[in-house]
Amino acid sequence: MGKETTYLNLFRNYREVLRQYSAPLMDSKREAAIGLFEKAGFPGPKDEAYRQCRLDALLEIDYGMNLYRLSAPAHPSKVFRCEVPSLSTKLFFVVNDVYYPDPEPQKLPEGVLYGSINAILREHSELMAPYYDRIAGQSADAFAALNTAMAQDGFLLFVPAGVEIEQPLQLIQLFHGEIEQMANRRNLVIIEDGASAKLMICDHSMTQSSCFSNQVTEVFVGKKARLEYYELEMTHPNNARLSNTFIDQQASSSVLVNGITLNNGVSRNNLNLRMLGEQAESMLSGLCLLDSHQFADYHVDVEHVVPQCTSRQLYKYILDDESRGVFAGKVLVHPNAQKTSAYQSNANLCNSSRARMNALPQLEIYADDVKCSHGSATGQIDENALFYMRSRGLSEQEARAMLKFAFVADVIEGIQLIPLKNRIHNLVGKRFRKQMSACAGCDIC
Amino acid sequence: MFRAGSKKRRGKRVKQKESHQDILLSQSQQNVGKRPGGDRKQTKNKNILAKAVKTIFMLLEIKNLHASAGDKEILKGLNLSVKEGEIHAIMGPNGSGKSTLSAVLSGNPAFTVTQGTVRFKGMDLLSMTPEDRSREGLFLSFQYPVEIPGVSMVNFMRTAINEHRKYRKQEAMNASDFLKLMREKKALVELDNTLAGRSVNEGFSGGEKKRNEIFQMAMLDPVLSILDETDSGLDIDALRIVAQGVNKIHTPQKSCIVITHYQRLLNYIVPDRVHVLYEGRIVKSGDFQLAKDLEKQGYDWVKQELKD
Repeated sequence: MGKETTYLNLFRNYREVLRQYSAPLMDSKREAAIGLFEKAGFPGPKDEAYRQCRLDALLEIDYGMNLYRLSAPAHPSKVFRCEVPSLSTKLFFVVNDVYYPDPEPQKLPEGVLYGSINAILREHSELMAPYYDRIAGQSADAFAALNTAMAQDGFLLFVPAGVEIEQPLQLIQLFHGEIEQMANRRNLVIIEDGASAKLMICDHSMTQSSCFSNQVTEVFVGKKARLEYYELEMTHPNNARLSNTFIDQQASSSVLVNGITLNNGVSRNNLNLRMLGEQAESMLSGLCLLDSHQFADYHVDVEHVVPQCTSRQLYKYILDDESRGVFAGKVLVHPNAQKTSAYQSNANLCNSSRARMNALPQLEIYADDVKCSHGSATGQIDENALFYMRSRGLSEQEARAMLKFAFVADVIEGIQLIPLKNRIHNLVGKRFRKQMSACAGCDIC
Repeated sequence: MFRAGSKKRRGKRVKQKESHQDILLSQSQQNVGKRPGGDRKQTKNKNILAKAVKTIFMLLEIKNLHASAGDKEILKGLNLSVKEGEIHAIMGPNGSGKSTLSAVLSGNPAFTVTQGTVRFKGMDLLSMTPEDRSREGLFLSFQYPVEIPGVSMVNFMRTAINEHRKYRKQEAMNASDFLKLMREKKALVELDNTLAGRSVNEGFSGGEKKRNEIFQMAMLDPVLSILDETDSGLDIDALRIVAQGVNKIHTPQKSCIVITHYQRLLNYIVPDRVHVLYEGRIVKSGDFQLAKDLEKQGYDWVKQELKD
């Protein structure tokens, strides 16, 4: 229990500080969470869900935490730019785990709440009480529990019933500072009945120090509500990201999740989606481009609780050098969830004999009138196609880049925001031609 | 009056194909493999012919080529010389090494050359990468064109053309010139307009794939084309379209090696020389008549002749 003790002691020694700086609603969940964390401990080698994902070395690092809520000297928008050409977004920043208040209020439709989760939970505790920690609190994941115990801030978006936000919202999560640090980022997204929003979360790092992001995002999508949820990670080899995303979907709602890992160190993404209302639809997709010693692990869990829902999963990996990828996708169909349609597809390209991919596609079906399928394939670039292209004068590098591009095209095509799609297109192309530095999103690093 | 072999005139091309064919036949065997004009005595006597002769040079020269796939030796000492402007047909029974020859010439890494030399435009072809062979003007029309899902024909061709241009230190072709070129060349092989927007060869019929090969050939404008069984799987109309396409592209500066089982294609693309490839070697060469004889009598008499 060595590594856990550090965090347990930290929690106990700073219990008052945590209370002082956070909303009562956040604080009320801490005791239960730390108890769960103490009981579970960090996942070890025998923990099935983390068997392929070894985090021991990363947890040895003595990370600093910004418990006293110190803010960085300059506003991040002054020093950081992550622009998607011709995409105008409402921009929000979380640096380490501190939400930066906007210099001027953003114009968003009436009733929409956005900004620091800590501030909004304090101000609207009654409105938020049914949501905060409702899904994460049921999770057995030790990292999610640690987040609930330690989290002090993050981003919150609340879109009231019937309100549609046309303009995409962009949240930039940054690491900044010289020291090794852990950020327990906590996000909450609530899209009420009939409302809609497009949210894009970009992970960047402005430091080369080892940083550990232990983040939890809870998403509630109401009846007939629509959410497009994009995640883009462009960090660096010293960055660790442990992300738990929980989505609850109500009847006739639709959710699109598209996660792209362009550059990272170690990433573990747990995506848990529950379909709780009939006629709900979801499309979950992801793309991981890995090289050197990068590691990315997607655990996607889709639960069909009620009848007549449709879910699709499409995950693709390209692995070069000594990188490693893990995909574990599970579809669970409850006994009464008849007429479920669930599809899962995972395809991986290993371009080096030292790269390794573990794929664990799983279906668990307890209903008898369902359409479910899953498929997973791991292979190499088609040598015949490569030769064919070279015989037409394309260099080997260019031919490989085009073939890789063709391989991942369907994931990128799934992005509904055209400017973002073009941007990703461009970045992925650069990545394949090795023209991309560690973090191409910003001008400074 | 110019002197035979003068470097200044080397670039001048022969206008009339017929005339240089006659010349080739009249050339002595020793002259093969050298740039013409080496023998001054001969050129003095045949002054008029010499004008033409000196401008023709050896485009491809294969000497004692041995190649294998894995442990199996397939080419066992193959010799072949192709001059500028010539069309050669290579025929032979199944498994004689025809496709291996085309694969080795285009640089397919699945085959290893164990012995021999190949010179293309005077360069050591075997030391060149497949892409550089293409950029220098070698083109292989595949027997089985490869489907590449997700890569559009337009993107594929534009990249290929621009890589060729980059190699020649030319600027990339602009979009409107490129589209104009595409339209022009598509018409040559009567390629459907919509095919160019689709993924490379994906879902193409057998005939469309072969026409697509000739379309690419027209786009890249090679000096030496190798057509590997381009006629297989084609119906009569498609065969005619493909052959006419090849003929339209052909100029006296370009050469072509046509690999085929049947005389059928050769009725459209008339070869200057016909070779029989058998057990990894060229065992018999002749003119068009040889192809006709083979069509009539099969390969058995060639095999029989070899035994005797």
